[in-house]
Amino acid sequence: MEQCPIALPFDRPGPFDPPRALAGLREQAPMTPLSFVDGHVGWLATGYEAARTVLADPRFSARRELMHVPLDLGFAHEIAGGPPEAGEFLRMDPPEHTRYRRLLIAQFTARRLKQLEPRIAEVTQTCLDRMEAAGSPVDLVREFALPVPSRVICELFGVPYARLEEFQNHLGTMVDTDAPGEEAMEAYTAFLEFLAGLIADKRKAPGEDFFSGLVDSGELSDEELTNIGFILFGAGFETTANMLGLGTFALLSHPDQLALLRGDPSLIDGAVEELLRHLTIIHFGPLRAALEDVEVEGALVRKGQVVVVSLPAANRDPKRFTDPERLDITGSAQGHLTFGYGPHQCLGQQLARIEMRIAFPALLERFPTLRLACAPEDVPTKDMMIVHGVKKLPVAW
Amino acid sequence: MRIVADKDVCVGAGMCALTAHDLFEQSEEDGTVVLVVERPADDRLHLVRRVVDSCPSGAITLADD
Repeated sequence: MEQCPIALPFDRPGPFDPPRALAGLREQAPMTPLSFVDGHVGWLATGYEAARTVLADPRFSARRELMHVPLDLGFAHEIAGGPPEAGEFLRMDPPEHTRYRRLLIAQFTARRLKQLEPRIAEVTQTCLDRMEAAGSPVDLVREFALPVPSRVICELFGVPYARLEEFQNHLGTMVDTDAPGEEAMEAYTAFLEFLAGLIADKRKAPGEDFFSGLVDSGELSDEELTNIGFILFGAGFETTANMLGLGTFALLSHPDQLALLRGDPSLIDGAVEELLRHLTIIHFGPLRAALEDVEVEGALVRKGQVVVVSLPAANRDPKRFTDPERLDITGSAQGHLTFGYGPHQCLGQQLARIEMRIAFPALLERFPTLRLACAPEDVPTKDMMIVHGVKKLPVAW
Repeated sequence: MRIVADKDVCVGAGMCALTAHDLFEQSEEDGTVVLVVERPADDRLHLVRRVVDSCPSGAITLADD
């Protein structure tokens, strides 16, 4: 008899842990039948190997028109709907996807990002200066976690400093869950206009920045550049901001781990990987649709069925990670799937790593007595959005 | 042991260059893998195996010859 499909577990027991039900499901089988909002029955991948297979096997597609939505959420239209627009490479498969990927990755090589390190360090110090000047207590999200990655993105896109504030306001409103829908929509429209203006400027006078490199490649239309720009902002800004906010919260809530890192800053690379693994800020997904019947870890995924990959569950699979429920910055988080896997693996992952490797130690060094300025249970979290994080993090020193 | 890197399969995630930057680089043109050392010393093999495991596209393999 076929197993009865479940609804996607979504309730987190606390700010740092994925829904409890996921571990039980994974223990039974790495693939579980899953029901979708429109009545579709697909799968939930909770095992590490199953997740890797689904994300890397070319028999699984990322195309939006093949997807079904597992939960009734405000961003459902991004997940399922019509075919991808020009440049919307996240929702494409190779070889169509490959063309965009190659153009983009050339701007994101490890070496090129390495050259950005001094600028990122400067930006971080500027934000810390402002945070210190604002005085204890402050909201760390507003003063640090959001400004650092937004300023770094400005560097990448060559946004003139004169327009920095305008640009940050658009971004801030778009990711603000408390902003009314109308305001968010206005910010979205204003941001698209801003992007169009930026593309026009770069066409006239390309700079040294990464976005100029893309415009200057001569291979992309304005429509493609706008959609690509939008994806890169969406993917590259709030994610890092949430990791800085939630990561700081996690360190402050695990004093033993914080003491280790303060005592030996050379632990930072491993600490960043472990925070990425342990916190896995993608609530659920990526989603893939089977282009033909595929067997995954003993489950037969039929052609057309959608698989929701649970990255938080895969990253805590005891078959892959030792003592996975514990936050241990000296453990081996290597191989975690927080940036995904397969041809769509995060383009900006090395940038995100560099930002965190610079920002966390700089923050701890600047404020040796950094602590929460409210009860841990009063820190508001982002539960019903694609990316997990804290909305505010009151801190004192 | 010999490292084999398939540029056609590579998606330019940069895991190899990050994990073992003396053995792998990324092309300035399209970000795909560039092999710096084809036959790594024996004491580097554990690192190469980590690279093989972490490559998201399976572009890097170890050959026995």
